[in-house]
Amino acid sequence: MRIPCPWCGDRPLSEFTYGGDASKARPKNPEKASPEEWVDYVYLRDNPAGKHTEYWHHSGGCRSWLMVTRDTRSHEISRAVLAKPQPGGATS
Amino acid sequence: MSRQTNRLPEGGLVDRTQVISFTFDGRKFKAHPGDTLASALLANGIHLTGRSFKYHRPRGIYTAGAEEPNALVTLGNGGRTEPNTPATMVEVYDGLKARSQNRWPSLKFDLLSVNSLLKPFFPAGFYYKTFMWPRSFWYRLYEPMIRRAAGLGTLANESDPDRYETAHTQCDVLVVGAGPAGLMATREAARAGVNVLLVDEQPLPGGHLTGEADKVDGKSGAAWAAGMADELRAMENVCILSRTTVYGRYDGMTFGAVERVGDHLSPDSALPRQRGWTIQTRQLINAAGAIERPLVFAGNDRPGVMLAGAARVYVNRYGVLPGRNVVVFTNNDDAYRTARDLSQAGANVTLVDSRAKEKVHSRGVLPASVEMHFEQYISKVKGRSHVGRVTLAPSGTEIACDLVCVSGGWTPSLHLLSHVGHRPEWDEASTSFVMKEPGDEARAAGGAAATFDLNETLREGSKAGKAAAEACGHGIPGKTNLPKADDLPAYHIEPLWRVPSAMSRADGSFVDLQNDVTVADLELATREGFGHAEHAKRYTTLGMATDQGKLANVNALGILSQLQGRPISETGTTTFRPLTAPAAFGAIAGQARGSAFRPIRRSAMHLWHENHGAVFTQAGLWLRPYFYPREDEDFAAAVKREVLAVRSSIGMVDVSTLGKIELKGPDAGNFLDRLYINAFSKMKVHRARYGVMLREDGMVFDDGTVSRLGESHYFITVTTANASAVMQHMEFCHQVHWPHLDVQFCTVSETWAAMAVAGPKARDVLARAVNGLHLENHAFPFMAVGEGTIGGAPVRVFRISFSGELAYEVYTPAGYGADVWEAIMAAGESDGITAYGTEAMTVMRTEKGHVAGPELDGRTTAADLGLGGMMSVRKNFIGRWMASRSGLEGQDRLQLVGLKPVRSDETFRMGAHLVKDIGVTGVDVSHGHISTSVYSPTCDHFIGLAMLRNGRERHGETLQVVSPLHDESVSVEVVGPVFSDPDGEKMRG
Ligand SMILES: [Zn+2]
Repeated sequence: MRIPCPWCGDRPLSEFTYGGDASKARPKNPEKASPEEWVDYVYLRDNPAGKHTEYWHHSGGCRSWLMVTRDTRSHEISRAVLAKPQPGGATS
Repeated sequence: MSRQTNRLPEGGLVDRTQVISFTFDGRKFKAHPGDTLASALLANGIHLTGRSFKYHRPRGIYTAGAEEPNALVTLGNGGRTEPNTPATMVEVYDGLKARSQNRWPSLKFDLLSVNSLLKPFFPAGFYYKTFMWPRSFWYRLYEPMIRRAAGLGTLANESDPDRYETAHTQCDVLVVGAGPAGLMATREAARAGVNVLLVDEQPLPGGHLTGEADKVDGKSGAAWAAGMADELRAMENVCILSRTTVYGRYDGMTFGAVERVGDHLSPDSALPRQRGWTIQTRQLINAAGAIERPLVFAGNDRPGVMLAGAARVYVNRYGVLPGRNVVVFTNNDDAYRTARDLSQAGANVTLVDSRAKEKVHSRGVLPASVEMHFEQYISKVKGRSHVGRVTLAPSGTEIACDLVCVSGGWTPSLHLLSHVGHRPEWDEASTSFVMKEPGDEARAAGGAAATFDLNETLREGSKAGKAAAEACGHGIPGKTNLPKADDLPAYHIEPLWRVPSAMSRADGSFVDLQNDVTVADLELATREGFGHAEHAKRYTTLGMATDQGKLANVNALGILSQLQGRPISETGTTTFRPLTAPAAFGAIAGQARGSAFRPIRRSAMHLWHENHGAVFTQAGLWLRPYFYPREDEDFAAAVKREVLAVRSSIGMVDVSTLGKIELKGPDAGNFLDRLYINAFSKMKVHRARYGVMLREDGMVFDDGTVSRLGESHYFITVTTANASAVMQHMEFCHQVHWPHLDVQFCTVSETWAAMAVAGPKARDVLARAVNGLHLENHAFPFMAVGEGTIGGAPVRVFRISFSGELAYEVYTPAGYGADVWEAIMAAGESDGITAYGTEAMTVMRTEKGHVAGPELDGRTTAADLGLGGMMSVRKNFIGRWMASRSGLEGQDRLQLVGLKPVRSDETFRMGAHLVKDIGVTGVDVSHGHISTSVYSPTCDHFIGLAMLRNGRERHGETLQVVSPLHDESVSVEVVGPVFSDPDGEKMRG
C-alpha cells in the first residue's frame, strides 16, 4: 500500500503512522462543549465498510499530518491532503 | 556410481559436455549442469522419492515444476537444513546432497507405512472425532503417535548460517512469467517506453516452451525464447529477474518475490542465498501459465504415475525418458503431444482417452505406432513401489507399463489476480476457473487466461503488453511483428473429475496427493454436511499443504459438485491468499536478524561507559549503563554503592537518551500552555519547570521539564520511551488543532549529549569545571537555567533534580559529550565522583517519590499521581475537559502512595496486589498494586510506590502484599510517597 503525500509523492506504508478517524473535529470552543460532545470526539467511532477519512502522519518523511480517504474494503486511497489548512484555503 | 540409464542419447537443454555428481540418501549419482534434482533422479531410474504425509505411501516425482506435491526433499545439514524442497525446483550442482523425508528407518522400507493399512481408521475429520474418546488417550497416545507419523520434513534447530538480503524496486509494468505470453508482453510494453520488470521462476526463459518440441519462427521454442530474452536484456527499460517467484500481491500494487540467488551454487559461494524483493508497479501482466491437473483413479499416487506435461518436459528439456512402456491417460487433446514426444523418443506408448473418438482433434499428431483406446479409463494400478500394470475399464484390458502419464486438463494460475479480492468465475469451455474481471491494473495472457493455443498466446501476450503500456499513458509506435508457431489441433477437453469406478470406496483414489485426501474423504465431508468448498477444505485438509492445492482444488470442486448434484459455479471456490509458494523466513527478514534486527543507539559517552565496566540495559533502541560493577561486586552491591555516593558526595549519570525538543516563535509559550497541564508562557527567561502532558482522554501522557531559553525560545525534555510519540503528538496539535499559532519546533534528541551531576558536592565540582557561569545559590537557584563552557565546549546547565539531591543537568553538543563528561569526572575526582546507572537512578527517584514509566501506565490521571494541583484552571489544555469527568475523581480512584515493609527485612515485588485480608484473594478484593519496588540504601529496607484505592487517605494503614504466583504475602505500611528529604531542602540548598 502506498500513500500519496502532497509533499513527497507516492510513499510506502512503512513511512507512515496511522492517526485515527479524521471525521471527528475537536470541539471548537472547549469551554462550552458539553461532556457528550467530548465523549463523542474522544471515544465514538464509526466502522464503515467503504470510504473512511483518517489521519496519517508522514513520520518517516516530511512529518506532515495528512487527511487520507481510504476505502476500508480495498484499501484504495482516493484522496490525500495536508491536514493543516493552507494559506488561501487550498488543502494541498 | 550408476549409469544414467534413462538419459536419451541426445536432446534437451542440459550441458552434456560436463558430468557432475550429487547424492540422494547417501547414494552417489551423475547428472549434467541444467538438470534439476528430479530430472537427474529420473535419468538414473529413480522414481521413488518420498513417503506421503498421512499414510506413508511410497511416492514419486509427479510434476516438473513448483507445484510438485510428492518429491519433497531435505537439502543440506545442520543449520542449512532446508526441508520440503520440491526436487523439481532444485538445480543440481556438483556436490549437492539431498535426503528423502517422512520415512523411517529408510525410504524403501518404511515401518510407518502401516498407516496405509490403517487408512479406514484415518478418515477426514479424524482430528475432530476419531480420537476424542477416551479423553485421556488423546494426550498420552493419539497425539504423540499422530505427530510422529504425520508430517513432512523436519526443521533444523540451529540458526541458519546463510546470508539473505532484501531489496525494493519499482516498475511501470510487472510481467510474471517468461513464457511466450510474458516475453511478448514484455517486448510490447518495453517498445512503448515504459519500465518493465519481467520475473520468472525458472533459470531459463521460455516457460513451457523449454519443454516442448514445437517450433516458433522455425526455431525450437527454447532457442526462440533465449533470443527474445537477449533482445529484452539489451533494452534499457527492461529488467529480467530469473529464478524468482512472485509469492504474493498486496494492496496498492505491491508484490512480494523471492529470488534464489545462490541456491543453485554450492553453499560456499559468496553470494547471498536468497533475496526477498518488494516490487511496486502500476500494472500487472499475469503470464504465469497453467498447471496440469491429475486424474483421479485408484492407485493414481503410485511412483511412475506422472503428469503428461511433465513427462514431455523431461524428454524435451532434460533429455530424460522417464519410462519405456508408457500409458498416457487423458481427457483432453494436450496429452497427445506427450504421447507423440515419448513415442518419438523411443517409448512404447498406449493412449487412453476418456472421450469418444469423434471429440478428439489430435489423433493426427500421433505416430502410427501409438495404440489408442477411446471411452476407456484406468480403473486399477498394479505394482507397489512402482507401477507395473494398469487395467482399463470398461474393457478390462490390461497393459504392462513402467510409466503412466495423466492429464486432467489445465488450470490457469490465477493467484496473483485474486490475492486482493477479485473472484474467479467458472468457464465451461476451458473447464477451469478464469478471471473475467481482474480490475484496471491487471490482466492475464496465455495459459493464465486459459488460452492454450501457442499462436493465440503470442498474440494475447503482445496485446496485454500494449494495453498495460497504454494504461500507463504510453502508446506504441509501429506495427507488431508476431512470431509464427507450429499450428497444433485445438485444445478440447471433457471433464473427468474422477473415473466412474472411483466411487464410494476407500480405494486410494487420491485427490490431494500432498495431504493424502481421497475421494472417500470428500464423500464423508459431503455426507456430514461439510460439502461447501470452504468447509470441505477445512474438514479434509484438502489444499492446505505446501502446494496450496494447486493440483487438487479443481478436481475436488468437480467431485464435490457431482456428489451434491449442483454445478461447480455453485460449489464455490476457495479463497486464494498469499503466499502462492513457500518462502523462507530468511528471505523476508533479509539482513534484519540477530544484532542487525534493529538499530542500536549509543550516547556520545558510550565508550567511556564501556571502558569503565558498565553493564548495559536496553531502553527502546538505546543502550544505557545499568550499573557499573567494580571487581567482586554484584548488582545489589554496585547499585547500593552508587546510590550512597550520590547521597553522600557526588555522582553523575548519562541522561542523553531523554527526548529533547526545541521550540521557537512568538506563540511558543502559548503552544506549550495548551500542551501541558501547567503554564509556561509567564515563566521567566532562564527558568525551568516540571511539566505534565495529558492525552485527550484525560490520562497522563508524559512528563518532563520545560525551560525558557529566551523570550520566544523554549527547550523541553520528554521521557526516553515517549520521545517520538510526544513529537508526533505536538505536530498533530500544531498542524490540526492550532495551525494559527506561530511556532516552529524540532527534535534535537541526538544533537545534545546530557548528564546529570547530583549530590551534596555537585556545586563545588561543577564550579571547578564550568566557565562563565556563577553557580552560587542566590545567582543560580533551584530551577535556574544558564549557559557556560566546560573545557571550551559550550554547555547549557539546568538546575533540575530527579534524585532529590542538589543537582545540575549539563547539556552539550553531542560531539563534545565525551570531553565534557571526562572534564566533570576529572573535576570531581578528589570528591570521589561516581558514575551511576539507570538502576541507581530508579532507586533514587523512588526514594524521592517521583513517578516514572510504571506509574504513567496510561490509566492514571494527574490527580491520581498527586499532581492534580498543577492543573491550571485558567487555560485550555489537551485533556483538561475529559480529566474533569466525575468518574475520574473521588475515593474509588487508585492513588499514589509509598509502602514500607512492617518487618524491615521483608521484600515485595512489582505487580503484586494489595489486600486487606490474605485469606481472600482475587482481582475483586484487590485494593491496588505495587508499581515500583526497590531496596533503598538510604532507608536500608525495601520501599515501594503503589497505586492504592483512596490511598492518600490511608497513610498509616497496614495492608498485605500478595503474589499468589510466588506464594508470597508480606505486611506493609502505607506511607507518603516521598522517603528522602520530603521538604526538598537538599535540592534547593
Ligand atoms: Zn511527506
